[in-house]
Amino acid sequence: MVVTGVGVVSPAGLDAHTTFDHVLAAKGVTTAELTAPVVDFDPTCWIDPREVRRIDRVGQFGLAAAAEAIAQAGLTTNGSTVDPRRVAVVVGSGVGGLTTLEDGVETRVTKGSHRVGPLLVPMMMPNATAGLIALRHGFRGAALAVATACASGANSIGEGMHLIRSGRADVVVAGGSEAAITPTALAGFARMGALSSRTSDPAGASRPFDRDRDGFVMGEGAGIVVLESEDHATRRGATILGEVAGYGATCDAHHLTAPDPTGQGALESMRLAIADAGLDPRSIGHVNAHGTSTPLNDRAESDALVALFGGPTPPVTSTKGVTGHLVGAAGAVEAVIGLLSARSGRVPPVANLTDPDVDPDVDLVRDEPRSINGTVVLSNSFGFGGHNAALVLIARPST
Amino acid sequence: MTTPTATRQDIVDTVYEACVEILQADRSTLSETTAFAADLEADSLALVEIVMVLEERFDLRIPEEDLDGVDTIGAAADLVSERLAAAA
Repeated sequence: MVVTGVGVVSPAGLDAHTTFDHVLAAKGVTTAELTAPVVDFDPTCWIDPREVRRIDRVGQFGLAAAAEAIAQAGLTTNGSTVDPRRVAVVVGSGVGGLTTLEDGVETRVTKGSHRVGPLLVPMMMPNATAGLIALRHGFRGAALAVATACASGANSIGEGMHLIRSGRADVVVAGGSEAAITPTALAGFARMGALSSRTSDPAGASRPFDRDRDGFVMGEGAGIVVLESEDHATRRGATILGEVAGYGATCDAHHLTAPDPTGQGALESMRLAIADAGLDPRSIGHVNAHGTSTPLNDRAESDALVALFGGPTPPVTSTKGVTGHLVGAAGAVEAVIGLLSARSGRVPPVANLTDPDVDPDVDLVRDEPRSINGTVVLSNSFGFGGHNAALVLIARPST
Repeated sequence: MTTPTATRQDIVDTVYEACVEILQADRSTLSETTAFAADLEADSLALVEIVMVLEERFDLRIPEEDLDGVDTIGAAADLVSERLAAAA
């Protein structure tokens, strides 16, 4: 299964390469409000101004990232490159159009039910982004939305890969989108103790695997990849960026929101993904960890990595120190970053990491990008609900 | 907002404004014969949004079933006029 296009909208940039360069520089973008918003995003660069007001920010991000990925893949359905009935879309979200929902609730409470607009439902539904991408590009295969909280992006790519493997699609546009930096969502996440409250040092609030970490920073954005079989890509002359070679998905079945402290489910998802790729853990060149900067996740994940590798790990990074946590988009954006890292041979350092709080066998990338030779990356994503999703991607060298 | 003294032109102007806001229509091209669907590519959701602007501006409630046959800016203005007259 190969990747022929990638697209990203993130707090670190409005396209994949800008985001990757920003992540390599390891400079956090967390604001004084302890959030990591996408800035300078003008949706009319990607969407007809007439349509913009009918699409929630989550859908706008998804359409923008999809446009980048689809353009890179050279995917067109009005010419002869692909059969539109054989193109599927699998784009997940943690919560969908939350801004729209919150505005709608406020309107109903303050002005009455008759003031709630007809666009509330199409703008808030979590499958809107998948439907919008299909509509925009004329893709008429299945359009699905996988909702597994912070693992949605990774699960979407993995499930998308299976649509192609099982012969149900030739091409899948897969990934995740999220725009949940809203007052109510922040209040809820804060109340459950998930968010950093490091107001004295906002730039250092997202510090994965650091001893001083105290929670994640809410980000937003979208990550999209174009997947197709190698035969299909070769036949139409597409440039192959890499492969999605393996996918493992499990559930902790331990607690709805707290990760299993033994990391067993996470470990199992990584083992499944590596076995699915027909590889051995020793083949992994680097790990793009989930690494949220919450006390519980980072401990359980680093322990699981030590168990997976049975000792010293390959270089491990988390990009959330820069981008914050993109929730349902995180797994997709990080799969793209992981692929670009492996392609360029440079693994970004973990931002704000000054005092590692992990087993010494975990080889965290610190301070500077690390040069690597290995082309295989393991990208982890875990979500509330106990969801664990691991992807194994293999870079193809730039030509 | 109650506007018991709304003139026909007030109402038409409000429909124009709604078309500009909701459909990004070019104000200079609009007239009472402009058709929402045929000329402005409005779908049923956009039409409901336009009606909501009129409801708020003229403090009215326009039931869904009254929208049948309201295809043009002039027809929407007529509907509002009728509802205002009925409420007076």
